[in-house]
Amino acid sequence: MLAHAIFFYFFSFVAIISAIMVTVSKNTVHSVFFLILDFISISCLFIMIGAEFLGMIMLIVYVGAVAVLFLFVVMMLNVAQQKNQWFKSSDTSTHIPIGLIVSLIIFFELIIVIGGWKYKPDIIENFSDSLISSSTNTHTIGSVLYTEYIHLFQISGMILLVAMIGAIVLTFRKREGVKRQNYFSQISREKNQGVELVEVKSNEGVKIDV
Amino acid sequence: MFEVSLGHYLTLGAIIFTIGIIGIFLNRKNVIVILMSIELILLAVNINLVSFSIFLQDLSGQIFTLFILTVAAAEAAIGLAIIVVYYRNAGTIRVEEIENLKG
Repeated sequence: MLAHAIFFYFFSFVAIISAIMVTVSKNTVHSVFFLILDFISISCLFIMIGAEFLGMIMLIVYVGAVAVLFLFVVMMLNVAQQKNQWFKSSDTSTHIPIGLIVSLIIFFELIIVIGGWKYKPDIIENFSDSLISSSTNTHTIGSVLYTEYIHLFQISGMILLVAMIGAIVLTFRKREGVKRQNYFSQISREKNQGVELVEVKSNEGVKIDV
Repeated sequence: MFEVSLGHYLTLGAIIFTIGIIGIFLNRKNVIVILMSIELILLAVNINLVSFSIFLQDLSGQIFTLFILTVAAAEAAIGLAIIVVYYRNAGTIRVEEIENLKG
């Protein structure tokens, strides 16, 4: 239990520090790296409390896909070297105290809710039957996800498809001077437009006009 | 102190959520950092759902975390595509220079 507490405090400390560094670091590439560190430590926490499948999925999805996507965009747009000027912008003096006050109020509201909150006493017995302790976490998630939540699962697949098509359509642009295939005219071409039979006389050759 | 309870995880989620909100409010640099702050907020929500799911022995929280993960990935892809298009059109993604709506 002591080792559990030590690892919890270590991972949450790393997560909080890297979350702060995401928002305050001057270079955007460094922000992306700290975001990766944040996701890694949070997924270590997930693995530690017994949600191994979600921890691994977070590593794959966030570190493997989303963070690399962020890195690509940051490096492609040439914004990495712009200085992050929070506190010394010229005309922005009012938004900093207001933003700090609002976020601190949100934080204290969350802390009040957490501190003054208790379980309803019979809630443990009501819920405890859905988690089968004999099989692994991945097995139980699969047995629930593909039976009870199958429609939501397919809808989330549709969401991913729509996002993929949307991203392609948004960033697509026509360039001038690029030769590309016109599939419609290619398919709708007839035989008599393409092939011509010519009677070739001996010793005269044939003249082809294109 | 050495007994890690549900409140510890909820407090960690609250701290990361607040850091994400501060990052949205106080950022004056570019929109990509705002998108990263939104990712932090979704991460805090995931921490809450997973810790409730573990401590209450109910799997629905982890299923919902999967769906939140899906939606977050889609949102990041679309948001970055919008940023790329905006940068191509306007030449900048600095927050203080995006003022077409005069908000």
